[in-house]
Amino acid sequence: MSITYLEAIREAQAKLLRDDKRVFIYGQDVGGTFGGAFKATKGLAKEFPGRVLNTPISEDAMVGTAIGAALEGMRPIVEMQFADFSSIALNQILNNAGTHYWRTNISVPITIRLPSGGTKGSGPFHSQSMESLYAHYPGLIVMTPATVEDAYTMLIDAVAIDDPVVYCEHKYLYYHLKADDLPSEGMPIGRARIARAGRDLTIVSYSAMLQESLIAAEEIAKEGFEIEVIDLRTVKPLDTAAVLASVARTGRLLAVGESFPWGGATAEVIARVTTEGFHLLDAAPARINAKDTPIPYHPNLWSTHRPSSKVIAAKARQLLRE
Amino acid sequence: MLQTARPKKKKAPTNAPVHEKYVEAFRWMLLARTFEEKLASMYRGGRITGGVYVGKGQEAISVACGIFLQKGDVFAPLIRDQAGRSAFGEPLVDVARTYLGTRTGPMRGRDGNIHRGKPRDGQLAMISHLGAMISVLVGSLMAKRGQGEKNFVGLTTIGEGGMQTGASHEGLNIAAVEHVPLVVVATNNHYAYSTPNDREFACASLVDRARGYGFEGYELDGTDLAQCLDVIGTAVKRARAGRPPQLVVASVLRLAGHGEHDDFSYVPKEIYGESFAYDCVQRAQEFIKERELVDSATLQAWREDAVRQVDEAFAMAQKEPTPKGEEEDWCAISTRGLLDHPEEQE
Repeated sequence: MSITYLEAIREAQAKLLRDDKRVFIYGQDVGGTFGGAFKATKGLAKEFPGRVLNTPISEDAMVGTAIGAALEGMRPIVEMQFADFSSIALNQILNNAGTHYWRTNISVPITIRLPSGGTKGSGPFHSQSMESLYAHYPGLIVMTPATVEDAYTMLIDAVAIDDPVVYCEHKYLYYHLKADDLPSEGMPIGRARIARAGRDLTIVSYSAMLQESLIAAEEIAKEGFEIEVIDLRTVKPLDTAAVLASVARTGRLLAVGESFPWGGATAEVIARVTTEGFHLLDAAPARINAKDTPIPYHPNLWSTHRPSSKVIAAKARQLLRE
Repeated sequence: MLQTARPKKKKAPTNAPVHEKYVEAFRWMLLARTFEEKLASMYRGGRITGGVYVGKGQEAISVACGIFLQKGDVFAPLIRDQAGRSAFGEPLVDVARTYLGTRTGPMRGRDGNIHRGKPRDGQLAMISHLGAMISVLVGSLMAKRGQGEKNFVGLTTIGEGGMQTGASHEGLNIAAVEHVPLVVVATNNHYAYSTPNDREFACASLVDRARGYGFEGYELDGTDLAQCLDVIGTAVKRARAGRPPQLVVASVLRLAGHGEHDDFSYVPKEIYGESFAYDCVQRAQEFIKERELVDSATLQAWREDAVRQVDEAFAMAQKEPTPKGEEEDWCAISTRGLLDHPEEQE
């Protein structure tokens, strides 16, 4: 049996609907016989009548509705058609869901699925990675699964968590990534994973950039260096201890993310290591992000805008020489 | 179906039966007015931090929003809803606690003034971003229906200013699509902060939007408590009975600033001659006298009782502890094991 990252997301939702009557899915085109723009809810409306509901094109109201339902004991999953459109719902996510527990002592258990990241030809408005923006605000958990197994177990965890979860699933991984089977249990949320053990340099990454980093690490292994690759799994909470432990072994740090360069997850990793583990570093840390422009349409431009295994390998070589 | 209640003239004494909740509603209005006068005076005396936002002139509409709601209903009030919040069961001391920011209040000093609520008691806590609470209420009502609850209704309030946001549009539309038992009471108090109606919207009346959204719509004179009780009471009944969502558009003049920091000098004097500028509390009091619903000694006793309740609420809240930064639990999520960067929290 072979299962893709996208199928894992569908299977997780099927399991959640089967096991927990509080769960329902709310989003554009998720219901009926259509099953979502990417088919992440294919067949679920038929299998679970009345619990997989199409909505108007109203991102703000989709999330608002989910918040209200969660306050009454439900566990809604909101599917944004693309992460980019969640900007319309920023107010509900950041100001309503994100502040609610702090203000009222009552948590808002909603899960917002964001089909994130770039794919060829998708352009400025269907390619964004918004994890850094959501992580900046208090009150939210931000998940960035990079493997089929994590896509499955972390979505199940997201719904179980009593707080609002922004679940960033990467569209590039939907069909590219396959696993033999789905796990019955995953690693605890909030813990990073050593995706590849090494001793010469730590690459900290997440989501689709983990896969690019692993390719880069294999490339450089041919040159005699062993790179340790850390998969953050959640950018918030950020597993600082795991990152510091790895840097303690390697003395060198490269943080790689697909979101825009100003601030964000990679900057946070660098800031934490330099403030809390400066003595561990043998060289200045580095980071790689997408370019500080909107995401381009043409594949030639897009493949340069987005960090690639080639760019990561080049930066890693530079760090290893220092 | 568009039902329009024509505004009545200021004084139209009839022998029509008085609404059974008229006198009770008036007492809540009196309490809200008395409480907010105290708030304003404390603000001017520097005893309240942040801002004070009163509902002067809107008490009749607000009380009608709260007085028909029952246990199991959900109320999402907004800025000028002291009367309705009280009528729905919010203890006055919790309002005092929130304005003073005590640790004992529902918001524990973490949020203040009108941004308060107890969601477990059906009182949603508004955020400042207008229109955001409409869809939240829709979700609560969908969940209740899904869980098999019966005979419940949700009511939310908004102003003509808030009606112009994208969130309001999305919320109203999704309410009709989901066919939830919802009443939206929109008060046109003629000013969005300082901006008059002609820079806010261009339709003849906001009630015209009811048809566009698939709501049933009503207009009313918000200075007249009798109309407020009739029309909003009917809307609540119809929503409870499974009719489409209800939109009530009330017309009044905001008889105070946007907040107490605002002297509302931008409101031209002539406007106070308009029928919608009448003070609803004064009008209700005149009606009570005219129809001899109670004698003047009783009216006086009610005023004194309102003052006593307000004084007691503040006296209690003032004795209670305020929060301290160094003792605060700086944790914005309930899943403590997932707190980011826990070493900084120690």
